[in-house]
Amino acid sequence: MGALINGPLPRLLLARAGQAVLVAVMVGVLTFVLVRALPGDMAYRIAAGRYGFDWVSTAAAEAVRQDLGLDQPAPLALLAWLWDLLRLDLGQSLVTGQTVAEEVGHQFGHSLLLAASAAGLSLLIGPPLGALAGLRPGGVLDRGLLLVAVLMRSVPPFTVGVVLILLLSVQARLLPAAGSGSLAHTILPMLTLALCLAAVSARVSRDAVAGVTASAFYTFGRTKGLGGGLVFWRHGLRNAGVPVLTYFGVQFVGLVEGMVVIETLFAWPGIGHALVHAVVARDVPMIQGAALAMGLFVVAMNTVIDVVCALLDPRGGPS
Amino acid sequence: MRRVALLPPRLRRPVSALLLSLGLALPAPAALADAPAGILTVTAPWEVSSLDPARHGYVFTRLQIAETLVDVDKAGGLVPGLAEGWQVDAAGVVWTLTLRRGVLFHDGTPMTAETVAAALRTAAAKPGPLASAPLESIAVGGPETVVIRLKEPFAPLLATLAGTAAQILAPASYGPDGTVTQVIGTGPFRLTEVKPPQSLAAERFDRYWGQPAGVGKMTYLAAGRGETRAMMAESGDADVVYTLDPASRQRLQRNPAVTVQALPLPRTVSVKLNAGDPALSDLRVRRALALAVDRGGIATGLLREPGSAAGQMFPPGTGDWPLPEGLPLRADLTQAAALLTEAGWVPGSDGLRSRDGKPLKLTLRTFPDRPELPVIATALQAQWREIGVDVAVSVGNSSDVPAGHRDGTLQMALMARSFGLVPDPLVTALQDFGPGGGDWGAMNWSSPAMEQALATLKRGTDPATATGLRQTVSRILLAELPVIPVSWYQQTVAVSKRVSGLTLDPYERSYRLSEVTWVR
Repeated sequence: MGALINGPLPRLLLARAGQAVLVAVMVGVLTFVLVRALPGDMAYRIAAGRYGFDWVSTAAAEAVRQDLGLDQPAPLALLAWLWDLLRLDLGQSLVTGQTVAEEVGHQFGHSLLLAASAAGLSLLIGPPLGALAGLRPGGVLDRGLLLVAVLMRSVPPFTVGVVLILLLSVQARLLPAAGSGSLAHTILPMLTLALCLAAVSARVSRDAVAGVTASAFYTFGRTKGLGGGLVFWRHGLRNAGVPVLTYFGVQFVGLVEGMVVIETLFAWPGIGHALVHAVVARDVPMIQGAALAMGLFVVAMNTVIDVVCALLDPRGGPS
Repeated sequence: MRRVALLPPRLRRPVSALLLSLGLALPAPAALADAPAGILTVTAPWEVSSLDPARHGYVFTRLQIAETLVDVDKAGGLVPGLAEGWQVDAAGVVWTLTLRRGVLFHDGTPMTAETVAAALRTAAAKPGPLASAPLESIAVGGPETVVIRLKEPFAPLLATLAGTAAQILAPASYGPDGTVTQVIGTGPFRLTEVKPPQSLAAERFDRYWGQPAGVGKMTYLAAGRGETRAMMAESGDADVVYTLDPASRQRLQRNPAVTVQALPLPRTVSVKLNAGDPALSDLRVRRALALAVDRGGIATGLLREPGSAAGQMFPPGTGDWPLPEGLPLRADLTQAAALLTEAGWVPGSDGLRSRDGKPLKLTLRTFPDRPELPVIATALQAQWREIGVDVAVSVGNSSDVPAGHRDGTLQMALMARSFGLVPDPLVTALQDFGPGGGDWGAMNWSSPAMEQALATLKRGTDPATATGLRQTVSRILLAELPVIPVSWYQQTVAVSKRVSGLTLDPYERSYRLSEVTWVR
């Protein structure tokens, strides 16, 4: 650890901080340009988001245009946003009128909670099973797990979710079918995501462990007289851990951003859902805020994974 | 309770075993699903994305948190709400509303003429039905009266006052710039928590001016997916579930733990036509398109509700607007084809029609906010192909319809138009079929007879004449087809047998949850 602090760690953190700033600016400018480049009149889109399809009309669109000053030149609007960003002010949603910070905080928080608990649970399911399978490649567990993993991966998460609701909520009446706000509400969406994640992480762990156990140093560990458990603990776990952890980071980031379907199925207030709605309604500050939160989150996750991987494998990566 | 045979019996045990083997320590079966004692749980697709009555305020009217001066009874008639009564002068331009005494807002402050006038002025300044009324001023007339002066007579004023945008909120509800920062209403339920966009919680307001609510606490969850809502009804998670998809509705009807209710809504799936388009300006073409629609097939096959086939614009339940007659519910392809040929559109070798070398190609715009619209659009595309009309379907944003109306690029649009946005279909008819047409109504079409009928109805007239004029409006729409009716909507609800007393509102204005009680 000491070597890490005196060595690559400060440089890594500094680089990541610079990356974060770059991501913030890029995300802001890109979303701004993309939204402006989309076809269709923004005022109409925002009016549809604000008033709903029953009330969207030319009169409503004109009211929106006046209210938001949409006629101001695009470069000015972009500069205004960047200036607000410097002051850490993300502005207000054009649709709901709430502050973006508040909305993103609420929805990103819920996504993060769900993603973290699902990823945590998947770590308890996938890698241990995968490691057991990897210790005996071609064994019953290995082949059985391959079958289950392929099955789970080929069924869309939405279907897995529906099946779990039917089993555990409609039939067994153990858990609420949808909603948020209590531990019980978290279990079903968490389980759905965790099972889908574990299906893949089990395979990755299995391959990593099988690779390590087939390596020369592992065989040497065995020949020098270490028992099966001890050799795995000393020489297997840490070596197999690096790819598993790296993959876990990728999965986790993808999870936060990609669980719109699960959020919608379980009526869970999440950032994916918010971002999709914001894009449809051309709610520029919300898109920028949500994209910013996600961008910074990717940087933060990468940093954490890098640090942990560096701790696990202090030899340093390829220079 | 009937169990859903999700898995064949021989597979159930292995699946449970698999779940357990994956390390899932499940809690022992508990009465989790048997409703947290005393909290009525309500689920519907409508998100709570804004507190502003002008935006998504209907959620707060439906949940009886906020109220309006005028209310609607079970038959759809206008009755006193927060106003005890009203009078209009002989010229029809000065309306004096007498407010109900002893009404308290949820923050304990009394409702006064000043607070009511201020709330109405705020509503009138935002786009919505009240803004469409020819208002001159809204003023305090006395300690318990509010006076609304109009520039010209406007008979449906009371209906616009019953619209959800005209909610009466306490002064503390508004921020300094007039935006609504919290919903402090006068209804039988008081808002205790809002978590946009998904959920809110409310409790009984004990100092309500009318009959107090039968349940003490209520939660509302917006669930966008029909499957989710149906499973919430099935699992007993939700006591009252609004808007069921056809398949779920059939399954829930067989479920002994819930009852399913349905009521026609004043909302019509219809096709808006640009009567200024070279092809569509010919009434024979519009009529051919209308006759080629298999309304019965769409109602039975897609909506699974045979009664929803719409032969005319105004659905049952809209008083004396509907006619006894209407368009045929089955497609009449022979007559449709004959009309097109008569109009000069002749079929080519591929069956598609053209006139003077120009093909009969049209684009139908629609939007996915109502999930059945894109599906119906493709059904129409296939049905119109049968008579040689080449239609492209474009699914976009709902605002593409008014935007296309405005810039003239729209040819046809499939929409779900509500005649119940305020509880008088005249307000929608005025917007849609008045001079110059409307964003969600006629386009490049006008009819002096229609304008005259609507103008008289707008000014107000005796009941018998009004009935005749409403029928005239319907008859002109049927004869000239500026819009083509396809199907009507039904409001559907699944209600748990744990509760009783739920009724449906023909204008879907209120969910009437205050009348619901627990079954002992």
